[in-house]
Amino acid sequence: MLKGHQTWIFENRPVIAAAAAVGGPFEARGPLAADFDLLHGDLWAGQDSYEKAERKMLEEASRRAVDKAGLRKEDVQFFLSGDLGNQIIASSFAARSLGVPFFGLYGACSTAMEGLALGSLLVDSGAARYVLCATSSHNAATEKQYRYPTEYGSQRPPTAQWTVTGAAAAVVAATGDGPRVTAATIGRVVDMGMTDPFNMGGAMAPAAVDTIVAHFRDLNVCGGDYDLVATGDLGRVGHRIAADLLQKQGLAIPSFTDCGLLIYGPDHSMVMAGASGTACSAAVTYGHLLNRMKKGELRKVLIVATGALLSPLSYQQKESIPCIAHAVSIEYGGKE
Amino acid sequence: MSDAKKKKLTPVQQEYHDFARQREPNRPLLLNSLRAFAVGGFICLVGQFVQDFFLWNFDFTEKTAGNPAVAVMILIAVVLTVSGVFDHIAQWAGAGTAVPVTGFANSIASAALEHRTEGFILGVGGNMFKLAGSVIVFGVVAAFVVALVRTVLSTLGGP
Repeated sequence: MLKGHQTWIFENRPVIAAAAAVGGPFEARGPLAADFDLLHGDLWAGQDSYEKAERKMLEEASRRAVDKAGLRKEDVQFFLSGDLGNQIIASSFAARSLGVPFFGLYGACSTAMEGLALGSLLVDSGAARYVLCATSSHNAATEKQYRYPTEYGSQRPPTAQWTVTGAAAAVVAATGDGPRVTAATIGRVVDMGMTDPFNMGGAMAPAAVDTIVAHFRDLNVCGGDYDLVATGDLGRVGHRIAADLLQKQGLAIPSFTDCGLLIYGPDHSMVMAGASGTACSAAVTYGHLLNRMKKGELRKVLIVATGALLSPLSYQQKESIPCIAHAVSIEYGGKE
Repeated sequence: MSDAKKKKLTPVQQEYHDFARQREPNRPLLLNSLRAFAVGGFICLVGQFVQDFFLWNFDFTEKTAGNPAVAVMILIAVVLTVSGVFDHIAQWAGAGTAVPVTGFANSIASAALEHRTEGFILGVGGNMFKLAGSVIVFGVVAAFVVALVRTVLSTLGGP
């Protein structure tokens, strides 16, 4: 049901029946390693290209989520997935092997919550009983497409972020036990004229704030109503800007964090300002945050996945970076 | 940012740019320059030793010893690239490794490695000069212009 300007309230409260997260070698050394279902020791994941490795991780996350929900893939009506590759090949090719009716999504790093919002809407409206929402990214495959070759010796500035290698998937179901998706706010594209692709956090922060403000306004809630509000991949720089922008508007959030800061921990020389990538918010949410909810540490969270909608071509043509953010509220325990 | 670029921003965007800039970590310009100077200088020192090695041990003149010396430096850079070490050194050294011939070799080797999965023709062959291509193009153009100017001047003034 539409509430306010751009927010859906899911009255039937769809359940995240199961979720799975798969990570690469770098993620395996991070503080959230225990929250992954499967970790790969090498970037190739036993494949002969990085693109195939990403697809394999996406397939593994999807299969594992379906297994954990006690389902077979034939039980799932729709597969909603997206990634950062050209023509989202990881998702389409994974959909080929899964054989589940497929919606391909592209929202850059906001895809995880775009998928969860749409999947929950499908389930809530009765258009599906089970929907699989997934996403993936691969550090080397993404760098190859968007920036320089992996082994190229360029100096990354302190605002640069590190693309997560991994995949994550969640099964949204009409009935059952588990964390419930209660509302989603679909973001507008916001472009503040930022042009530096090595400062994605700074470019995306206004989009995150725009969506958070819209969510609070539409639902008439405030930051204090959530145990945790986590942005997708703003990193250290973008997170600080977003927090200050919210403060400026009088909407400071007491418990405000960023998935891009959680996944590798606070100090890591290679990741500079933090993590990014479609798998960043997905793996942290479907792995770490859902686990914390199940342990009872968190009851109500808002995930605001942020995406930078640039392409290497638009950057070369000196266009600025349009950004987007989608927010999904997840609750566990309390009133059913 | 240049003033021309600034003019295109709306007041809201300009206000945000200023707001964001205060919250961005500064790039350590002085430290980066010092590191680039030290590493770049060190690479040139190694190159000089290699050149002298060829000069003293083989039948090279001071002019011709430069060629095998450059080849050795390229080989070292490629070996470091292939073993995955070069990009870590470059993150520390910045322009220090990028400006000497080592950076040029790394740009070609890394692009070739990266596109190996697309095959030798479309992948390696087609992408090897992805980064180095513009260096070669503008290097040749610049050399041509300089040579032209020199030729014209020497024809006119003619020593």
